[in-house]
Amino acid sequence: MTLSVTIQHRFAGFDLDARFEAPAGITALFGRSGSGKTTIVNAVAGLLRPNAGRVAAEDHVLFDTARGVWLPPHRRRVGYIFQEGRLFPHLSVRQNLRYGTWFSAQRPRPAEEKRVIEMLGIGALLERRPGALSGGEKQRVAIGRALLSAPRMILADEPLAALDEARKSEILPYFERLRDEASIPILFVSHSAAEVARLATTVVALEAGRVTRQGPAAEVLADPAVTPLGARAAGAVLSCRVTRHHDDGLTELDAGGTPLFIPRLGAAPGTPVRVRIAAHDVILSRQRPEGLSALNIISGRVQEIRSGDGPGTLVSLETPAGRLLARITRRSAEALVLAPGVACHAVMKTVAVAPEDIGGLGGPTGQGLL
Amino acid sequence: MEWLGPEEWQAVRLSLRVSLWATLFGLPPALLAAYALARWRFPGKWLLNGLVHLPLILPPVVTGYLLLLTFGTRGPVGSVLQEIGVVFAFRWTGAALAAGIMAFPLLVRAMRLSLEAVDPKLEQAAATLGASRVWVFLTVTLPLILPGIIAGSVLGFAKAMGEFGATITFVSNIPGQTQTLPSAIYAFLQVPGGESAALRLVAVSVAVAMSALLLSEWLARRAQRRVAGT
Repeated sequence: MTLSVTIQHRFAGFDLDARFEAPAGITALFGRSGSGKTTIVNAVAGLLRPNAGRVAAEDHVLFDTARGVWLPPHRRRVGYIFQEGRLFPHLSVRQNLRYGTWFSAQRPRPAEEKRVIEMLGIGALLERRPGALSGGEKQRVAIGRALLSAPRMILADEPLAALDEARKSEILPYFERLRDEASIPILFVSHSAAEVARLATTVVALEAGRVTRQGPAAEVLADPAVTPLGARAAGAVLSCRVTRHHDDGLTELDAGGTPLFIPRLGAAPGTPVRVRIAAHDVILSRQRPEGLSALNIISGRVQEIRSGDGPGTLVSLETPAGRLLARITRRSAEALVLAPGVACHAVMKTVAVAPEDIGGLGGPTGQGLL
Repeated sequence: MEWLGPEEWQAVRLSLRVSLWATLFGLPPALLAAYALARWRFPGKWLLNGLVHLPLILPPVVTGYLLLLTFGTRGPVGSVLQEIGVVFAFRWTGAALAAGIMAFPLLVRAMRLSLEAVDPKLEQAAATLGASRVWVFLTVTLPLILPGIIAGSVLGFAKAMGEFGATITFVSNIPGQTQTLPSAIYAFLQVPGGESAALRLVAVSVAVAMSALLLSEWLARRAQRRVAGT
């Protein structure tokens, strides 16, 4: 199922004009705060009425200003996961989870309920009130509540922003499972490059109310022209596969024929793994470097060089492993005589791993300096 | 209980009945007014706000006289109601009407405060989960403001128990008909040797008012905890 979104809305001093498609899987609305992400999600949910536009999931039209269609929020069947959870304080966790089934025609499905409660690990919390839950627990219940309302799409508005790092890594795997198991579109609002790199199947980059780029996550994130958070936060995502585990505590990955070494990962050989390589963690070299402590070196060719206003420049490399981004100074780029087509080597200091399927491994997310 | 005479008992019972009806019938319109004032934007909102609070600031005698002019047997509303057999003037129902009007601002204020404490974001969340506006109100808004409604009702009830000026102006002071507790105290003080009876009724009044206040405080604290969700 694909969600088609066209929204035009005018605020004081801000124009939103966005058009994109969200296929099944996680579509990340990616941009700074104030770029219009939440406005879009609220318009899809029916909590905000835009000046013009159309939102439809296949033939299920949520609104279409040209045809005068406007479904009220309660008839849209969206599962909205809010940033602050918004659990009902007067209801128990169980009642919160079932709230969405109170008003729908279909009977509650006990098997589905059991599956969701198990997946989210909230079985022990069912009789508690939301006030007695931690931030991470609240957010897990909020996810469950949205899932159990039998939604046609899921909207998640920075569901991790209010949580600390530990709680975030507690919730992230559930979104990965959701992405891999649910067949409905998930709109995921985020201004965190790491979250987007780890979760998104599709990325819609937003800047000042406009869509600057949309497409598969690996493509959009490796495009040096698309830096909704500024060049400092740029980074590419590579799809790899676990090759084997070494005795010295390292796991070897295969990135399109090039080996990458990361700290031990609790995943069986053959498991697909996504790694995010931040542009500022990449060093470029014209010769194959020798006598270097860094283990991870990928060879490729310069594809594009983009300079901004500052002393930095963003270089994209075409490698057998996929597209890579490197943030270096303009001075270095000139010293190395970098130009499109020039062969060069990317030396990576940090490789952050985001397992493709956390469900099967349950191990920690590795990130290390190598 | 022997220490209250039959006439005194009559006044206490009548007062309880008048206050109960005043509160029960006052609740639905008070909830509507509170909701309108807390949530809606409409022209003339200041007028509604003023009208609701008018009984609080007008001299009760004035309120009573206005009631007499409107709901008296020859008043514009009273004469119409008389056709269908509803009479307020010089009946206990009139005392209940007067008490209800006087308690109305207290009911509205308590409910408006608790309504304003409800996070509209919770109501939005309920809507995205499939609840229509009526269901949102019944399953989210109402349970969250229920302790506020009860607290307001208790205060309103206590206010109705003590209403004197508007009642005596509108429906006079007829023992067994319209002689409520405060009217009875007033009447006992007018006759020689009535002080002891008056004092006993004063004790009843103080007891009722104090328990109402304590109950309402307790309910308000509960409301706070309930909204906090622990």
